Amino acid sequence: MEFNKLEIENLLEQVTDPEIPVISIRDLGILRDVKVDNNQVEVDITPTYTGCPAMSVIKQDISQVLNDAGVENVAVNLVIKPAWTTDWMTEDGKRKLREYGIAPPDPSSKVVPCPRCGSEHTELVSLFGSTACKSLYKCLDCKEPFDHFKCH
Amino acid sequence: MENQLFNYIIQHADNCLILSHRLSEWCGHGPVLEQDIAMTNISLDLLGQARMLYDYAAKVQGEGKTEDDLAYLRDAWDFKNVQLVEMPNGDFGQTIMRQFLFDTFNVTFYRELMEVSNDAELIAIADKSLKEAQYHLKWSSEWMLRLGQGTEESHTRLQNAANLLMPYANEVVIPSEADKVAAETGYGVDLNNVKAERDQLIKEVITECELDASLDGFSHTGGKTGTHTEHLGYVLAEMQFLQRAYPGLEW
Repeated sequence: MEFNKLEIENLLEQVTDPEIPVISIRDLGILRDVKVDNNQVEVDITPTYTGCPAMSVIKQDISQVLNDAGVENVAVNLVIKPAWTTDWMTEDGKRKLREYGIAPPDPSSKVVPCPRCGSEHTELVSLFGSTACKSLYKCLDCKEPFDHFKCH
Repeated sequence: MENQLFNYIIQHADNCLILSHRLSEWCGHGPVLEQDIAMTNISLDLLGQARMLYDYAAKVQGEGKTEDDLAYLRDAWDFKNVQLVEMPNGDFGQTIMRQFLFDTFNVTFYRELMEVSNDAELIAIADKSLKEAQYHLKWSSEWMLRLGQGTEESHTRLQNAANLLMPYANEVVIPSEADKVAAETGYGVDLNNVKAERDQLIKEVITECELDASLDGFSHTGGKTGTHTEHLGYVLAEMQFLQRAYPGLEW
């Protein structure tokens, strides 16, 4: 079976961040390039943070999804240049994060609105959260704690 | 002839790995949950930086070794990290002081490396790592101020940490042979420039904390040529145990 680039990219929509399973690697902006040559597929991905432990799982998942679809030769390359930034996250990805309960990054805003009640009356609890890419906030109105995907 | 590019990369890879290990020792022991998580997050970032550097060092070495070989199968005298990063965690104040002294260097080093290096791989690693290092510095600076301007007890403990660690602060900006060759050849930084910028960052915070601490005193050296404090052996014994006991073991 032969696939074109678009078909491969659509297949890769199934690959999500194992720690934030609502967002695909394309939405997250870590899928950098797909090259297709006959039945040989090369996928470039880039880490969010250098020590992100999800990268090896994501690498395996990419191979798995493509192998299952009938692509036999898959190479996944880890590239670090140019360095990932949250600017590469798609608008769709940000919406999905918010719906999941994680405040998405917004470099244009100083306030981090609560993803649950929408209040802008929130405060930082800790610079570091449950994963390298998040910090911890709490909402002063609905009182819920929430994760914020840091601007990076 | 010694491979000075390899030595240059290894110096900083070892800094990142050993400090990462030290911070990981706090896992489950942090004073509050949020700071336990902060220290292990920083540990993870530094491990990531170490991995990129080891990976590149292994390529430069050209002996078919991997990042794991370099981390797990070298002995204390092969490690070229500065002595600061192997110093024990002590209390939270001591960990913060050590982190602050390292972060100020890490930020200014990566920034300078990005600007002046003629080595594409080193520039990419510095570019990737800088934002992380800046975030670490924000955290450690805030804690310096919080402890330094906090209670009498927190101030005393931070002062004790300064007394212990200031003699280890300058080794990282004193050029080794590898540093000199790196600056001359153009892939590395001029440490004098890094020192000027770094010292400024340190002095501002030290002043605000009203600590009695100077960068002009005696400085320990030796780490960059493989002479370490007695602490490094214990770090390696724990970190390398599995690979030494079961060579080649994989997950």
